[in-house]
Amino acid sequence: MKILVCISKTPDTTAKIAFTDNNTKFDTAGVQWIINPYDEWYALVRAIELKEKDPATVIHLITVGGADAEPVIRKALALGGDEAIRVNADSQDSFYIASQIAAVAKEGGYDLIFTGKETIDYNGSAIGGMVAELLDMPFISLAAKLELNGTAATLTREIEGGEEVNEVSLPIVVSAQKGMAEQRIPNMRGIMAARTKPLKVVEPAAVDALTSVTSFGLPPAKAGVKLVPADNVEELVRLLHEEAKAI
Amino acid sequence: MSVLIFVDTAEGQAKKSSLEALSYGAKIAEQTGTAAEAVVLGAASEDLAALGRFGVKKVHHVTADVFNNFDAQLYTKAIAELATASGADVIVLSHNLNGKAIAPRLSARLKAGLVPGAVSLPETGGAFTVRKNVFSGKAFANVTVNTPIKIVSLNPNAYPVTETGGTAEVVAATVQANEARVKVASVNRASGEVPLTEAEVVVSGGRGLKGPEHWGIVEDLAKVLHAATACSRPVADAHWRPHNEHVGQTGFAIAPNLYIAIGISGAIQHLAGVNRSKVIVVINKDPEAPFFKAADYGIVGDAFEVVPKLTEAIRKLKGVS
Repeated sequence: MKILVCISKTPDTTAKIAFTDNNTKFDTAGVQWIINPYDEWYALVRAIELKEKDPATVIHLITVGGADAEPVIRKALALGGDEAIRVNADSQDSFYIASQIAAVAKEGGYDLIFTGKETIDYNGSAIGGMVAELLDMPFISLAAKLELNGTAATLTREIEGGEEVNEVSLPIVVSAQKGMAEQRIPNMRGIMAARTKPLKVVEPAAVDALTSVTSFGLPPAKAGVKLVPADNVEELVRLLHEEAKAI
Repeated sequence: MSVLIFVDTAEGQAKKSSLEALSYGAKIAEQTGTAAEAVVLGAASEDLAALGRFGVKKVHHVTADVFNNFDAQLYTKAIAELATASGADVIVLSHNLNGKAIAPRLSARLKAGLVPGAVSLPETGGAFTVRKNVFSGKAFANVTVNTPIKIVSLNPNAYPVTETGGTAEVVAATVQANEARVKVASVNRASGEVPLTEAEVVVSGGRGLKGPEHWGIVEDLAKVLHAATACSRPVADAHWRPHNEHVGQTGFAIAPNLYIAIGISGAIQHLAGVNRSKVIVVINKDPEAPFFKAADYGIVGDAFEVVPKLTEAIRKLKGVS
C-alpha cells in the first residue's frame, strides 16, 4: 500500500488577514504558517492510522511551494510519513497545483491519494477532484470515514442532510473532513526522526494556470450590534421581522 | 455560445442550491446575450419543463440508470460531453457537496478555469471576473478566468432563487457512459430535517448550553423557524452533537439569511464559518463575548430563560400553535 498525502501551507487560523501591493498580494508580515488543518488532522492522521494497522504501508507527503514551505512539511513528517516531496514552484492556481501533484503521483503508483477537504486560505475544494480527473481515478469528496479491506475501500461521505456509504476499488483520491481522524500532537521522537527523513525537491512540470486572482478585499464591517433587553424578546422578534426581514 | 447549468437532484428533485444556480446561470446568459440551458442526470420526479421558470430555455435530460447514483467521474464526463455538444462557454453548478466533487473534475477535463464558491455575478465586459470568498470568509478575491470556457460553482445562499416565468423545452439526451466505479452502498438522509448547508435559518448552540441534554430549547426554536440546527466546535468535539452540525473554520461554512448563536462566545475560527450569514443574532450571558462584535442583534441574558420565550414569541408571530 502506497499513500500520497497532499500538504498545503496556510496561515494560522488566527492570522490577521490583510493585503499589500494595491490589494493584489496577501500580507505575510508576522503570519505564522501551519499545515492546512484539514490536510493535517484528517488526511495525514488517517494515513498514519492505516500505516499503524499495516506497517508495510508507505506514506509520502507532497507539497507545492518554495523553500519556505519546508518547516511545515517537516512538521508533517514529525507526525508521520516516510518521506516528502516538494515541487519547487510558487502556487499559481488550483489547476497548476493539481497538475504538479498529478505529475508526481503518476510516477509514484499510489493506491490512495489524500487531500484535506479544502485549504483554509483559498477555500477552493478543488485539488482532489482535479488530481483525480488528471489521473483518471475515482474521487470521493468530503469523506468522514475510510476503511480498507485489501484493495476495496468503504467510505462515508457527506450529502445534504445526511451521509452516503460508497464502495470503490483502489486506486482512489479522497478529500478528508472532520470525522476521518482525530488531531494528534507530534512527539519528541517524531520531531527528531523528521529531521533525517528524506525531503526530495523536484522541479515543476510546465503547466499554465487557468485562473488568476486580480485583487483581494475585506468585507465591510458590521454596523454594530443592536442589543435588546433579555426581558423583551418581543422587541427582538419585531426587529427581525420588520427591520431585518429575516423571519 | 451558451450557459450550461448542472441541476443537482436528490430523490429526483432539484435541490434548492441548484435552483439558485439556475437563476444565476440564467442571469449570466441575459447579461451576455446568450441562452441558458440546463442538464439533469438520472431519473427526475418533477416536471423538468417547469425549470423554465428560472430562465432556462432548454433542459437536457439524461435518463440512463447509471446516473441514479452519484459518481463524480461519470457525472463529469456527461456534463463535459453535453457542454461540448451545446457549445457552452460558461458552465454553472452549485458549490454544494456534489458540486465540490464535479466542478474541479470538469475544470481539469476541459482545461477550463474554475471559480469555486462564487458569491457574485461575473463581470463580463472585458475579462470574466468573479468574486469568491477566501480566508474562510474573512476576505474575498476577484478571480479572473483566462480560458475560453469558464466554470463557476456558486456558493449556496449567495444568489436568490429568481422566477422569471417560462417553460423549458425538455430534450432527452444520451451520453457515453461506462459503468460507475463508485458503488453507493447506502444513503442515510434524515427525513424532515432541513440540511444545514441549504438552510435559510440556522440555530446554533455552544458550550454555554452546558450539556447535550439541554438541546431541546435549540431544537424547539429551530422547529418554529423551520431552521437547521448547528453547533460550535467544542460541542462537536465533546460529542454533545454530531460532527456534521459543526460550523466554523474547520467545520461547515454556512451563509444563511439568519444565524442565531446561543451560548457561543464567537472565537475567530467559529466566526470564519458563519460570518457570511446575512443577519446574526447572538444570545449570551457574557456581555464581553466577542460574538457581539460580529452580530446584528443581541441579547445579553441566560439562554435557558431567553430562548424558550423567543420560541414562544416567534410562534405567536407565525400563528403556529
